Amino acid sequence: MANPTCTECGAEINLPEDVVLNEILPCPECGVELEIIDLDPLTLALAPEVEEDWGE
Amino acid sequence: MQIGMIVSRVRREEKLLMEAFQARGIQIDVLNDGELILHPLDPDPRWLAYDLILERSISGSRTLATLQILETWGVPTLNNYHTASICSDKLSTTLALARHSVPQAQVSIAFSEESILEAIENRGYPAVLKPLTGSWGRLVTKVNDRQSAEAILEHRFTLGNYPYHTGYVQDYVHKPNGRDIRSFVVGDRTLCAIYRTSQHWITNTARGGVATNCEITEEIADISQRAAAAVGGGIVAIDLFETEAGYLVNEVNHSMEFRNSIEPTGVDIPAAIVDFALQTADEGAALHEVQL
Repeated sequence: MANPTCTECGAEINLPEDVVLNEILPCPECGVELEIIDLDPLTLALAPEVEEDWGE
Repeated sequence: MQIGMIVSRVRREEKLLMEAFQARGIQIDVLNDGELILHPLDPDPRWLAYDLILERSISGSRTLATLQILETWGVPTLNNYHTASICSDKLSTTLALARHSVPQAQVSIAFSEESILEAIENRGYPAVLKPLTGSWGRLVTKVNDRQSAEAILEHRFTLGNYPYHTGYVQDYVHKPNGRDIRSFVVGDRTLCAIYRTSQHWITNTARGGVATNCEITEEIADISQRAAAAVGGGIVAIDLFETEAGYLVNEVNHSMEFRNSIEPTGVDIPAAIVDFALQTADEGAALHEVQL
């Protein structure tokens, strides 16, 4: 199966072998954060923007 | 053993935790907080079946709501609501540290533009103005002089919501060599610590601070564990200032990031968290059997 592409710039995204749902992957070309929102079929979307109460 | 981990997104930290559980033969359930629907008055048997929920949500508000409900249902959580709620609020943290006589930077609280300005002037310039909640150094402001103070307060009171109308004014503590310390406490053990060095006065690694190993001295271990105990214990990261008079606690974090601290310290932080989580789950199960 072909690698998925960045929803923003179309770059090919190399997935780790142990990819999991909701994992965050940076696009190597445009730098946006992508989120795995489905594993079957594998679907990427732009990760949510940082919200006011996010942190550690 | 049934373990769940609540996440908002799977960062490097959550992935490492999943791997550490797998290495111990445990497949955990990963629960996305954005998909949760909880009925506080109607405990869900699926949740009650968990031996432990490890809370790793990136959202402070979701964390507190979820932990409160799960604890009410009797589901063991790590961290627990008490620790998370204290660490989520800088004033609560300050007061918890004070109750346990843990050294910390001096703080004033005031509520109006005029009184916050007076509090800043009394603390002396530079002073640090922080929102009570928030993380990653967001809106933490070094106030260098009266003109800056007036402008910042005018902006806060004109544009900010009411949570930003409480002034938490902290003494600015000079950081030698542009660094402070973050120590990691799991249970009653100080696992490791890093120096966070930056040319910027905010040294968070999320903001570009560079992590290097900091040897854990007896003094660092002592203040770290006392700070952890003061906020209720569990898995926490303590931010420390170095001063000539000794260490001072700056903040305590209840859902720490650790990806940048494994390599410099050489300590397998996720493994230690997972071992502590399993120990906590075991103890909860044993307690449950005694109660039965």
